[in-house]
Amino acid sequence: MNNAVECRSLTRSFKGNAKQQAIIALDNIDLDVREGELFGLLGPNGAGKTTLIKILATLLLPSSGKVTVLGYDVEREAHKIRPRINMVSGGEFSGYGLLTVRENLWMFSQFYGIPTRIAKQRIDELLHDFELADKADAKVRTISTGQRQRMNVVRGFVTDPDLIFLDEPTLGLDVNSSRTIRDYIRRWVREQNGKTALITTHYMMEAEELCDRVAIIDRGRILACDSPCNLKKQVQRDAVFTLETTQFADLDSIGHISGVKGYTGETNGERQKIRIVAEEESVLAEVIQVIAGKGGKVISLTKVESTLEDVFLQLVGRGLI
Amino acid sequence: MAVNEHLRTIRWAAWLGWQMESNWTSPFLFIIYSIIKPIMATLIVVFMYLIILKSVNADPVLFSYMFIGNAFYMYVAQVLFGISWVVHEDREHYQTLKQIYIAPINFPVYLVGRGISKIIITTASVIVTLAFGILVLGLPVNIWKIDWPLLIVAMVLGLFCICTIGIALAGISLLTARHGTGINEGVAGVFYLFCGVIFPITFLPSWGQSIAFFIPITYWLELLRRSMMPETISISGLANYSAQEMMVLLLVSILLFLFFSLIILKYADFLARKKGKLDMTTAY
Ligand SMILES: Nc1ncnc2c1ncn2[C@@H]1O[C@H](COP(=O)(O)OP(=O)(O)OP(=O)(O)O)[C@@H](O)[C@H]1O
Ligand SMILES: [Mg+2]
Repeated sequence: MNNAVECRSLTRSFKGNAKQQAIIALDNIDLDVREGELFGLLGPNGAGKTTLIKILATLLLPSSGKVTVLGYDVEREAHKIRPRINMVSGGEFSGYGLLTVRENLWMFSQFYGIPTRIAKQRIDELLHDFELADKADAKVRTISTGQRQRMNVVRGFVTDPDLIFLDEPTLGLDVNSSRTIRDYIRRWVREQNGKTALITTHYMMEAEELCDRVAIIDRGRILACDSPCNLKKQVQRDAVFTLETTQFADLDSIGHISGVKGYTGETNGERQKIRIVAEEESVLAEVIQVIAGKGGKVISLTKVESTLEDVFLQLVGRGLI
Repeated sequence: MAVNEHLRTIRWAAWLGWQMESNWTSPFLFIIYSIIKPIMATLIVVFMYLIILKSVNADPVLFSYMFIGNAFYMYVAQVLFGISWVVHEDREHYQTLKQIYIAPINFPVYLVGRGISKIIITTASVIVTLAFGILVLGLPVNIWKIDWPLLIVAMVLGLFCICTIGIALAGISLLTARHGTGINEGVAGVFYLFCGVIFPITFLPSWGQSIAFFIPITYWLELLRRSMMPETISISGLANYSAQEMMVLLLVSILLFLFFSLIILKYADFLARKKGKLDMTTAY
């Protein structure tokens, strides 16, 4: 499979103010995004996400390194990249306020040379999908910030790019609008062949539930890059369970089972709450056997999942928001 | 890129520009405003002339020279600077410059498209101004004796030239913040002073005349005046050149400017991408 995006030793620095030293926004990054992938960039404020997107969208040049998008070099072949990409940035107030929503979208579709009939139909469908149909003929300056943002997401999809860059597309949107956008992105990538989306976010859940693969980025470096599932495995804590049992004698015997790294017990009336940290899940079978042998009954059992948040905490050393 | 695609870009950029020009008020007010504004602007110059020379009849040739030059200078003020202003407007006000920039269109072509609405409106203003001059102020232009072929050819070349210089300034605007547009005013001042707009270039010191000979606007205005009021040749300081020679000079200086404009834009475009200026907004 081809790569939609390839970065090799990509570095981007910005000149600081007088005397201030240069800011390294991206520090020697290697990254591949595969064609047909829904790829997430997850990182805290100032991590370099927007900078990376701008370079890929041919708005900004790398300071050094080699970057190709859809097989073309971003420095020398931008004109071959542009017809096939689009970019949407959340949390900004862009758009021609004196045009209507439909006119705005229409104009951009024409700059991309979308045939009239297709453009009209696509605009109608997208406006419907993003619940903007009733605002289609409203002037852009009269619609709300969130509606404007949704309009910009529509603008991104209306040109039917092969590769779309979405920079925090759900930033500041309500729960419903965010879900609509996420669902649309997911369907757009899944239901068509070879469409690629690169989305940045600092919402953990968004990255986890949406993306095929996620790169965790902080201070211009990529700390990890894998599927959310593998990422969690990569820094997986030992298997952690909580059990609730009836009272039984000799709680200590659990500690003697091999593979149990530790446990805590807490008596709560008739009930016994136990938290067990084991090397692996299979140890659990023996734990249950031992409890039964001592006359206890297991009432409930919960495995505590590690989340992307844990991964992030471990890698970055601090939480996200 | 195919010609078709450029035409499509021009069409929709011009449409956008037209919406911006006309949408801020009712059509009626828009027309009134479009007529009143240029007349007012011209009257200022006319009053200056009247204060010095007391009456239009005192020196009809000089009056014509000044009035026609000033009327057509509106294209420079409106179209040339309108085109370079597009960059600031799109980047700061609408925040759409980056969206336009990454679209698969040719940026100079887009700029020219945005200039078209200005060309149309300015043309109306120029016609209104000239009509006002002829009918009200007694500007001695005989509309039956206008050299139309010369006027039209000069207009086409002149507009091409103005768009070309506008593109170069737009390129520079890519690199400057909104309040960094002093350069526009500087250029406007240079053209106003050195190109024989309201006084003949013979009034300039010799180094100033050398500058005038280098700028295509000088030849353009002279050709327009010749087509409408040939008597102005006597004071223009360009009497030694025939209309054909001037046309060649105009063409040569346009090609020179086109060449430099495209180089400036290409380099500015590179610098803007390098320095991250394409979505810069000024924090006040
Ligand atoms: N034009 C610029 N000039 C100077 N420094 C810049 C510029 N753009 C970005 N930076 C710096 O580069 C670093 C990365 O910024 P970037 O916008 O890429 O972060 P981000 O990951 O998108 O953050 P956020 O989540 O806040 O959007 C920051 O330290 C920022 O200050
Ligand atoms: Mg950002």
